[in-house]
Amino acid sequence: MERRSLSFYVLSFVFALFILFLYGPTITIGILSLQGPNGGLTFPMNGMSFHWFYNLFEQQAVGDIWGSFSRSFALGFMVMVITVVVSVMGGLAFRKKFIGSGFIFYLVITSLIIPSILISLGVGLIFNQLGWDVHWSTSGLGSQLTWTLPFGLLIMFAVFNRFDKSYEEAARDLGATPWQTIRFVVLPIIGPSLIGVALFGFTLSYDEFARTLLTAGSYNTLPLEIFGMTTNVTTPVLYALGTLTTVFSFIVIGVFLGVAIYLQRRKKRLGSDAHSGMV
Amino acid sequence: MFRFFAQRSNLSGWALASPLSLVLVFFLICPIIMIVIVSFWGATEFSIYPAFQWDNYEFLFSSSVTYTVFLKTFMYAFITWAITLILGFTVAYYLAFHIKSLTWQIALFLLCTIPFWTSNIIRMISWIPFLGRNGIANETLIQLGLISEPVEWLLFSDFAVILAFVHLYTLFMVVPIFNTMMRIDHSLLEAARDAGANGFQTLVNVIIPLCKPGIMIGSIFVVTLVMGDFITVRFMSGSQSANVGRLISNDVGLLQYPSASATAVVLLLTVLITIGIMLRFVNIRKEL
Repeated sequence: MERRSLSFYVLSFVFALFILFLYGPTITIGILSLQGPNGGLTFPMNGMSFHWFYNLFEQQAVGDIWGSFSRSFALGFMVMVITVVVSVMGGLAFRKKFIGSGFIFYLVITSLIIPSILISLGVGLIFNQLGWDVHWSTSGLGSQLTWTLPFGLLIMFAVFNRFDKSYEEAARDLGATPWQTIRFVVLPIIGPSLIGVALFGFTLSYDEFARTLLTAGSYNTLPLEIFGMTTNVTTPVLYALGTLTTVFSFIVIGVFLGVAIYLQRRKKRLGSDAHSGMV
Repeated sequence: MFRFFAQRSNLSGWALASPLSLVLVFFLICPIIMIVIVSFWGATEFSIYPAFQWDNYEFLFSSSVTYTVFLKTFMYAFITWAITLILGFTVAYYLAFHIKSLTWQIALFLLCTIPFWTSNIIRMISWIPFLGRNGIANETLIQLGLISEPVEWLLFSDFAVILAFVHLYTLFMVVPIFNTMMRIDHSLLEAARDAGANGFQTLVNVIIPLCKPGIMIGSIFVVTLVMGDFITVRFMSGSQSANVGRLISNDVGLLQYPSASATAVVLLLTVLITIGIMLRFVNIRKEL
């Protein structure tokens, strides 16, 4: 075992500062959301209470938070499912060389780097000119997919770059049809990575702002609602909402990571019976 | 026979890629085309009408605001890029080379990644208690005796904008750089040491060149995110600064869609040219 060098301690300190930088503000608003009823947006704490959290549950206090939350949740779920399915299909497609694959690849990269407001503006204009109403579940959904699909696809590229093709060849040699090969060999192997794609799909959609700004229509998603609040709400209720949303995000992330770890373990456990044959 | 298989591979490739292509055609290509078309249209106070005129572009390029705002956009992008690169590289380096156990590596890496999956808007809001006039930063500085009165430029300033950018986007540097670092063969580092290189020389002559693809990918992410942003600038500058994105969203707010579209076209070209230059240095697809 080498001795830790000085640079290790210096870098550890830098890393700790970085983590503090990342989480400090979030933790701060977590604490401030517990302000007493007369507390303000900054320290000092004016008593401790759940006043601002109760406030969130009162109908008239702030905008349509629960409506926007349920819309964001539904939208996130839709985006997640579509992102997983389309990314897997896309990932499978890109393993073969097909005419036009280069073009589609560049489209995906463009989708990733294009300023979000262009999507928002362009989709809004199209719907407008076609006389369609923009709605979070149509134009909003499509706009968000242009942000989640590239991430899903990049993950699938990374997964398939590391994928050992001999598994598939073995399945084919044993007489599996292409569908069986995918269903019983490929999908179980890439399963844990799909959880990652799903996590990206859900959270990126749930937090997306710019691409839904002009495409969500008259019913706001949660980020739009929160942004609206920043201009006219000057009480810690904003922090309470922020804290609640962040806690919800943490729970979602925790669930996804938990499932991924579970699948990974299961894969290890069940993977070992490969030599004993299928009955 | 061979051609038959080639065609089948094309067919199944297209079939599998078709949902992806459909989404991208309708929600990426069509919007871009639409924006290009509308950028030539005219507008009254209440509505827009089809036309083919260069007025929007003429106005855009004749206004001095445009140049100031584009310059500002590049400034934000450059400063954020420089800071996130140094910070992101340091963090990735620490994770990849100083943390020996894989479990710890994954755990700490996740710790860095988790904020990415939470709301950007809330992460911006959460700077208020730090940077505000009576915020933690000012209180601390006063208590330390470094300043006598609260400084005003902490919140709602360019400083706040860049701080927020760094806060939001450093991760986009950490992940690709960490990814390339994890694939560096450790025997190369040993070889460097055996050949008499000290730690710094190894870093400059071995590690950094091998990390170039990761650095480029991270840079592309950060530069495009900052150049296309409008909400961070609006929120963190308290509407006192403007970048190109805000120029567009202001026009949208005034229902001046043709003028917003013209600005958007110029922004898109600017971003694409910037990325085109950066992409000359790396082949992304090989590096995943």
